Amino acid sequence: MSIEAGHVAVSLSRPDFTLNVDIRVPSHGVTGIFGASGCGKTTLLRCIAGLEQGARGSVGFNGDLWQDGDHFVPPWRRPVGYVFQDARLFPHMSVARNLEYGRRRSRVTPELTSPEEIIAMLGIGHLLDRRPAQLSGGERQRVSIARALLRYPSLVLMDEPLANLDAARKHEIMPFLDRLHASLKVPMLYVSHSLDEMTRLCDHLVVMQSGKVLGQGRLHDMLMRTDLPILGGGEASTVLDVRVLDYDAQYQLSRLQFAGGEIVVPGRHGDRDCPLRLRIMASDVSLCRERPQSSSILNIMPAAVESRQAETGGHVLVQLRVGEVQILARVTMKSAEALELVPGQSLFAQIKSVAVKNSAEQVAVDEANNRETI
Amino acid sequence: MEILHSWSENMPGLGPLWLSVKLGLVTTGILILFGTPLAFWLSRTRSHAKTIIEAMVALPIVLPPTVLGFYLLILLGPNGAIGSYWLKLTGETLTFSFGGLILASILYSMPFVIQPLQNAFESVSRGFVEAAATLGARPLDVFFTVVVPLGARGFLTAAIMGFAHTLGEFGVVLMVGGNIPGQTRVISIAIYDHVEAMEYGQAHALAAMLLMFSFVCMFALYFINRRWRHEH
Repeated sequence: MSIEAGHVAVSLSRPDFTLNVDIRVPSHGVTGIFGASGCGKTTLLRCIAGLEQGARGSVGFNGDLWQDGDHFVPPWRRPVGYVFQDARLFPHMSVARNLEYGRRRSRVTPELTSPEEIIAMLGIGHLLDRRPAQLSGGERQRVSIARALLRYPSLVLMDEPLANLDAARKHEIMPFLDRLHASLKVPMLYVSHSLDEMTRLCDHLVVMQSGKVLGQGRLHDMLMRTDLPILGGGEASTVLDVRVLDYDAQYQLSRLQFAGGEIVVPGRHGDRDCPLRLRIMASDVSLCRERPQSSSILNIMPAAVESRQAETGGHVLVQLRVGEVQILARVTMKSAEALELVPGQSLFAQIKSVAVKNSAEQVAVDEANNRETI
Repeated sequence: MEILHSWSENMPGLGPLWLSVKLGLVTTGILILFGTPLAFWLSRTRSHAKTIIEAMVALPIVLPPTVLGFYLLILLGPNGAIGSYWLKLTGETLTFSFGGLILASILYSMPFVIQPLQNAFESVSRGFVEAAATLGARPLDVFFTVVVPLGARGFLTAAIMGFAHTLGEFGVVLMVGGNIPGQTRVISIAIYDHVEAMEYGQAHALAAMLLMFSFVCMFALYFINRRWRHEH
C-alpha cells in the first residue's frame, strides 16, 4: 500500500442528486475515478478543487486542510492543476499567454520540470503564437494539460480530457498521457467512464455509482474483483506491468518481461525496456495439467493454483501464481473438476489473448485480439 | 478636447455642441465606472433584489423624460432632499447648473450603459472564471484578466450607447437644466431654440450634425459587432 497523500470525505446535496464519498488519494501515481456518466465523478473533482461551495465535509491534502467544517480554502489558493473536459483555454489570449497565466500566479520551485520540458513533453512548442480558436480539439486539450502542469500543482485533476475528442484525436493524446504518467512526480486524479483509458493510465482505481464509492484500491486488485459488475460486466481480469525485451521482425512478435516470466504479443511496442501494461481477461486463460506439445497458443507458462472460487453460471474463478504475480483464470466447473484443482497444485496456464494497454499500436493489437477471440 | 473648446469659443454656434459632448463624456465615464460593479453583480447574483434593481435600472427607457425631469427638479431643487444638502455643501443650487445636468443624465442614460455591460458579463462563461480561479487568480484578478477582456464588446456598446443617448436628451434637460448658455444649453435645446426663433438655418446646421453623429455611432456599433462575430 502506498503512502496516502490526501483524504477526501465530502457530501453534496442537489435536488436531483446526492454525492457522498470518502476516498483516499495515494501520494504517487494516477488514481482513476471510474463510473457511468452522472455518477458524480466530475462533482467530486470540483469539490476537491474548491469549485463547489455547497460541499460539506473535509478535504485534506499533504497535511493541509483545504476544507473542514466552516474552514474553506478558496480555489485560487489550492495548489491543483485542473484539466477541464472542454479545455477552457482563454479565447482572448495566445497559447503562450494561456500557459503563462497559471505559472505567473504560482510559486515555482526550481527543482521542478521546466516550462520548456513540459511544452516539449506535450508537443505544443509550434503552437505558442496561435489563438485557441486556431487549434484542433486534441491540440487544445494538450495546451490545457500543459497550462495545468505549469501551475506546478501538488495534485493534478483531470476531468475526462478525452471525452470530447473523436477516436483519432484520442489516439493522438494518449501517448502524451502515457509520458505524463511516467514522468509526473505528483499524484493525479483521472476521471473517466472508459475502462480502457483507466487500465492504460491508472495505478489506483475508485469505482463510483450514483454518487457513492463502490470500491477503491490498486488497479490490479480492483480488476481482479468480481463483485463490481460495473467493471467489465463482472468479468475479472489481470493487469500485468511488463517491459519490452525484443522484437522479432520475421514473425512480428514482441517478447515482454514481467515478474512471472516472459510473454509474447503480436506487433511492435516500443524499444527495449519500454514499460507496457497488459490486461488479460480471466476467460482468456485456460489451464492444462501437462504442457501442451503442439498448440497455436504462444503463451504457455507454469503456474500454481492459489485458490478457487465458484462463480455463477457454472464457472470457477481460479487464482494462479506465476512467478511473483497473480493471474486469474476462469474455467467451467466441469473442467475444474476434471483437472481436480486444489490449492498448491502445479499446472500450465495458456493465455489466449492479451490486450496491450499503452503503446501506439494498442488499437491494432486490440483489434487483432478481438478478431482472434471472435 | 481643448482644441474643441477653443474652436467652439470662436464659433458661438458650436457652444451647445461642445457642452453636449462634455456632458456625454462625463456622464458615460461616471456610468461605466460605477455601472460596471453593479452590472457585474446583476450578472452573477441569485439574490431576490436582482429583479427589483433590474426594473429600476430599466425604468428610464419607458418613463417620459418629463416625468423623470419633474421628479429630479423637485429632488434637486433648493428645497429638495439632495438639492438642499448640495446647497449647504457648496453654496450653489443643483438645478439649472451643469452639475445637476450630469446627475440627471446619469439617471436618464443608466439603462443604456448597465444593460449592455450586464449582457456582456452574462455571456462570459462561468467555465473561464472557474479555470482562472484554479490557475491561482483571485476574483478581482479574474475580473480584469478574463471577464473584462471577454466582455470588451459590451464596454464599447455601453460607451457608444451611453454617449449617444446623453447627446440626444431633451426633456430631462429642459426640466432640470433650463436653457443657460455655456451651462445647460446643450445641442438639442439649442435646436429647439433656433426653431422657436424661426432660425431654420442654424437649426439645420446643428440638427444635421446630430443626425450625422448618431448615424456614425450606430454604424460603428453594428460594424464592430459584425467584426467581432467574425473573429470569434
